[in-house]
Amino acid sequence: MLLFLLRRLGVLLPTFIGVTAIAFALVHLIPGDPLEMLAGERGMDPLRHARLMHEMGFDLPLWQQYIDYIDKVLHGDLGLSINTHQPVLGEFMTLFPATIELSLCAMGFAVLVGLPAGMLAAVRRGTLLDHSVMGLSLTGYSMPIFWWALLLILLFSVQLGWTPVSGRISVMFWVEPVTGFMLIDTLLAGDWDAFWSALHHLVLPAIVLGTIPLAVIARMTRSSMMEVIREDYIRVARAKGLSPQRVIFVHALRNALIPVVTVIGLQTGTLLAGAILTETIFAWPGVGKWLIDSISRRDYPAVQGGILLVAAIVMLVNLLVDVLYGLINPRIRHAR
Amino acid sequence: MTLRPLSLAVALALPLFVAPAAQAAKTLVYCSEGSPEGFNAQFYTAGTTFDAASQPIYNRLVEFERGATTIIPGLAESWDISTDGLTYTFHLRKGVKFHTTAEFKPTRDFNADDVLFSFLRQLDPNHPFHKVSGGSYEYFEGMGMPEVIDKVEKLDDYTVRFTLKRAEAPFLADIAMDFASIMSAEYADKMMKAGTPEVIDFKPVGTGPFQLVNYQKDAVIRYKANPDYWRGRAKIDNLVFAITPDASVRYAKLDAGECQVMAYPNPADLDKMAKDPKINLLHQPGLNIGYLSFNVEKKPFDDVRVRQALNLAVNKAAIIEAIYQGAGTVAKNPIPPTIWSYNDAVKDYPYDPEQAKKLLAEAGYPNGFDTDLWAMPVQRPYNPNARRMAEMIQADWAKVGVKAKIVSYEWGEYLKRLKAGDHQTALMGWTGDNGDPDNFLATLLSCDAAKNGSNYSKWCYAPYEELITKARSVSDLAERTRLYEQAQVVFKEQAPWITIAHSVVYQPVRKEVEDFRIHPFGLNLFYGVDLKK
Repeated sequence: MLLFLLRRLGVLLPTFIGVTAIAFALVHLIPGDPLEMLAGERGMDPLRHARLMHEMGFDLPLWQQYIDYIDKVLHGDLGLSINTHQPVLGEFMTLFPATIELSLCAMGFAVLVGLPAGMLAAVRRGTLLDHSVMGLSLTGYSMPIFWWALLLILLFSVQLGWTPVSGRISVMFWVEPVTGFMLIDTLLAGDWDAFWSALHHLVLPAIVLGTIPLAVIARMTRSSMMEVIREDYIRVARAKGLSPQRVIFVHALRNALIPVVTVIGLQTGTLLAGAILTETIFAWPGVGKWLIDSISRRDYPAVQGGILLVAAIVMLVNLLVDVLYGLINPRIRHAR
Repeated sequence: MTLRPLSLAVALALPLFVAPAAQAAKTLVYCSEGSPEGFNAQFYTAGTTFDAASQPIYNRLVEFERGATTIIPGLAESWDISTDGLTYTFHLRKGVKFHTTAEFKPTRDFNADDVLFSFLRQLDPNHPFHKVSGGSYEYFEGMGMPEVIDKVEKLDDYTVRFTLKRAEAPFLADIAMDFASIMSAEYADKMMKAGTPEVIDFKPVGTGPFQLVNYQKDAVIRYKANPDYWRGRAKIDNLVFAITPDASVRYAKLDAGECQVMAYPNPADLDKMAKDPKINLLHQPGLNIGYLSFNVEKKPFDDVRVRQALNLAVNKAAIIEAIYQGAGTVAKNPIPPTIWSYNDAVKDYPYDPEQAKKLLAEAGYPNGFDTDLWAMPVQRPYNPNARRMAEMIQADWAKVGVKAKIVSYEWGEYLKRLKAGDHQTALMGWTGDNGDPDNFLATLLSCDAAKNGSNYSKWCYAPYEELITKARSVSDLAERTRLYEQAQVVFKEQAPWITIAHSVVYQPVRKEVEDFRIHPFGLNLFYGVDLKK
């Protein structure tokens, strides 16, 4: 297992260097620079522009800037945001818990609904239930996030008044951030009203963000399950007289889960990206919106740092998925 | 009968229970469109930052009247201007208190040291605070303050003298702007001694109507009324900015009562808002201009007849209808009608393709010519849809034989190339900073600005330049007005632009909001606003 882990980590390093280099190059290739974006219609005196670019070190050759940057990153310094003058790492860490909280809830929703739905559809193949699950999941998968979110807001928040329109918690509450996870912080503060408000605020964004992964998970579970239940060993299990529940949940599910876990891992990466839209609509203070704003302002340190951190996290999630494979199916571990 | 004392007691006791509810803190929630970049306006140029930082928290020596461009006393009670226009002496207000926060408890009132600190930090490269927090004073530099201010001196605790390098009539308007907000020198000293000078830039201490309570990035900003505010305590007790980037969601929040005022409505929602009984849809002409710039350094636009002809060829009324959907007015001058010295006597070029063809033939282009036509890639208040506008102009010009090719670049690149003069014709616009005509007529059309500023037409015309230079150096308002009026006549005749439109700014507020006024510069100010319950 240790060797397996080490091997996996060995692959991560070049990926990581590749990601930072590509992120760095892409950010600098976008036309325009932070100073021009700041000056806008007013424009900036070319001499002053040159002086400020020099002061920020943006006049050096790109490769040199990259080496300087990597050097700083290795020392744990992601630099200061040009826009806010605050450390990039600090900004990321303030916003990231919000993204994680939302993504975890969305994924939880997707798995809790998607997995049973997919299993049911597989077991009841060809029935009305199967067709409805598949039809709904196709609709969910094709749903434009913006539209879907506004639809839910108009129905549940504006018409019915069941959920708040946007935000993480009612503006009437102020909870001192400890972990950055609103649900945990409100509990730590012992404020039940605030916890309730935070939970309320999570419902719609989690459903919106969870819709696409839900559809993917449901479809994947169904097809993988259908394959597995045709296998000989399942037939043997049935022939032995085991109860249908035991056959499905113990014998079939474990093997059917492998591709599903892959999908969940991949979807977690997509969630971080998909969160950008959801965060914008629901005014959710996460990293997605922050990254987009930083790109439009050409805030190089913020964009580079943000991409680097998000990439690191996606890689870690994938590593975790690899390890999970090994746990679910030991043959994968031994084969390498 | 026995019940009577009891009911009397109930009647007497009732107000005791009702009173606290009636006096419950008034909290106004504003759905803003974005996060402030920081809390020190000296570094930034965005209205979103000014709304959240300089306007609620700070004051300036002189200020703009709420909802107007008129200059009124702020932290300076009065001022004298020398006859040569080179010396401004400000007499400061006494008894003004800075906010008390967790980091800082002021031991003295506002005085001349605070004024010196706030200006010298930006002006003097050797000032101990100049380099703190990045030290890029975008607006101060952009408005040319280092070339205008020679020195700032303290004559006594309550008198400050500014000496200018040249007479600059718009100076008062300049220092009423957000970058000139007055910060506490005592707080700065304390933080410098503690080794954390940058704290003053994100934990602000000002003299303004509201005091920052806390800020959660991209989510919410909370303020409370400053009880010692020198103009009198604000009518609301708490002010909350609920940061909501999407316009449709802001509207949904306003509709659901989650906020009482919202920023930047979607043009498509305006009709519905106007009919909504819960909402007051306020509107006002914006302090802006959307225009098309001819690069007069390039042929054939060096010929005034060509520029005039293309002016005559454009149907502006159709553009206003299609692009601004009625939320705009045809522009004939480079300044909007809300700015003093607007010359209403100027006659605009009528839509007359026949006359345009004649002029083009006279200029030697009887069959027209080919040109480029740049369209901005971004949506701006002065131009909601540049691409569509360019297509309409293209079609109009085609009728007089001029074939335009529409070109667009990413915004940063667009600005850079425009400044370099790569274009032949380009759509552009401007939103005023301080309501002074100089801020349009010189900033966008002077010879200096043609060299390295925002004069994208590269138009440097001596008779015009003479008028605006003179207008900048005299302080007599009537004389300045006369000069600017003349300058607008010269501008129209020389036609370096096609002046297209001034947009109308809309602001929806809920009915319970009282006395909210749209600010000509597009700022959102909450001092003086009340909530009716």
